[in-house]
Amino acid sequence: MSDTAASDDGAAAVDAEEVRHVADLARVRLADDEVDEFAAQFGDILEYFEALDEVPETEREEELVNVMRPDEIEEGLSQEEALANAEETEDGFFVGPKVS
Amino acid sequence: MAADINAFVTEATIEGDADADGPLADATVAVKDNISTEGIRTTCGSEMLADYVPPYSATVVDRLTEAGATVVGKTNMDEFGMGTTTETSAFGPTRNPVDTDRVPGGSSGGSAAAVAAGEADVALGSDTGGSVRCPAAFCGVVGIKPTYGLVSRYGLIAYANSLEQIGPIAGTVEEAAAALDVIAGDDPHDGTTRDLSEVTGADPSASYAAAADGDVDGMTVGVPTELFEGADERVVETVEAAIADLEARGAETTEISLPSVEHAVQAYYVIAMAEASSNLARFDGVRYGHRGESDGNWNESFAETREEGFGAEVKRRILLGTYALSAGYHDKYYEKAQDARAWVRQDFEAAFEDVDVIASPTMPVLPFELGESLDDPLRMYLADANTTPANLANLPAISVPAGEADGLPVGLQLVGPKFGEETIVRAASAVEER
Repeated sequence: MSDTAASDDGAAAVDAEEVRHVADLARVRLADDEVDEFAAQFGDILEYFEALDEVPETEREEELVNVMRPDEIEEGLSQEEALANAEETEDGFFVGPKVS
Repeated sequence: MAADINAFVTEATIEGDADADGPLADATVAVKDNISTEGIRTTCGSEMLADYVPPYSATVVDRLTEAGATVVGKTNMDEFGMGTTTETSAFGPTRNPVDTDRVPGGSSGGSAAAVAAGEADVALGSDTGGSVRCPAAFCGVVGIKPTYGLVSRYGLIAYANSLEQIGPIAGTVEEAAAALDVIAGDDPHDGTTRDLSEVTGADPSASYAAAADGDVDGMTVGVPTELFEGADERVVETVEAAIADLEARGAETTEISLPSVEHAVQAYYVIAMAEASSNLARFDGVRYGHRGESDGNWNESFAETREEGFGAEVKRRILLGTYALSAGYHDKYYEKAQDARAWVRQDFEAAFEDVDVIASPTMPVLPFELGESLDDPLRMYLADANTTPANLANLPAISVPAGEADGLPVGLQLVGPKFGEETIVRAASAVEER
């Protein structure tokens, strides 16, 4: 397991570059001052999460069952209803941003 | 009054069935603004959904109106349920009706404030890590977080699916229990709901309202030391006095230890943020919600839409959740959090071999002053120490007023075994009768 987030004193340090990388993965644009604020706050929060290292490996037995239903056609939203909240539509379709 | 405390994002009416009878006939109900209402905008307290109008209603809303309750409005909340104070709402903070310089708790702060201020008889909230119980405690009313799977989440806009349940808030235990009677039950639209006739030990014909009989004679109340340590002394004194009164009414109290709960807040936030980062990926401005003016490509447009639509706390949680799931960190954070979750569940299961309910302060602190915790997210997270274990363990929990300290409400939390809603309602009704 990679442990690159931990600095020498064991505290999780996060720099602005890492915040930008994660924001990029999550498709959230951030202002520069937000990046710096988040970097400081993430350092504190991730350091607090470090305590999870003390948690023993635990058997996770959950009684989970699949819930199935017959595959029958039911009434759903009309096309008009499904499009009603979209900012931009054309000929009954959603219009998304350009791909490239 | 409503304008003063800002309990509602939208005041609008859905008439209840006039022919219905039962405890909720003619009752007014306020609905948290992350629960879908057909034809009435449902904002999640976010700029992202400021103009979103759902084409259908949540199952719980249909069940309430069929039972005769009339919806009077959509209540303010922390944005997407992410907060403990109702200050992260894009529609301004809600104020605590008991002391308007203080927060009502969160994230269902508008719902608790509406009930406490007499704006509604009953309200619905959603509880992912304490979001029904915290505001109930801070506003001096009753809130129930049901067992995972008791109440349908169909129409609830998701934040962290594996943790959250819709729950009622009301002025008395019996009223909250009566609302739970109406909204509980399996729903073909939510595959995680359980049919109680198929659950061992559960009573499908249970009346939660009837369980509010105050009879705790012979009941065993576990008192976990971990959930009192570190709490405000004034809160501890008030809660201990309420527990002593339960003893005087014939309950037996016994000190217990739940060592796993020391890790509950960390596990909760890692899991909730991870699930949030995935759930909130749907808000890209194409099918619904705010859309930026960007003329950039797909990725640039999404990033701009999400920058504009989400507030700081939502961005923090999406980013931290993305981080915790990313390559190299998944095992360190997410897997360990799942271990902690299993450990918490086992700790409670073992405790319930010896006790009927587990009592603690709902919140370790008195209501914050407005603005006090907003710049320090970690401090806000730590206030969820006592509420998050019940979500991690899928257990039912109730917050009932235990009294006041310095003129501010203090909530007592009672956690029960899975589908043990009747037991926590019974114990809470005895606290209320003091």
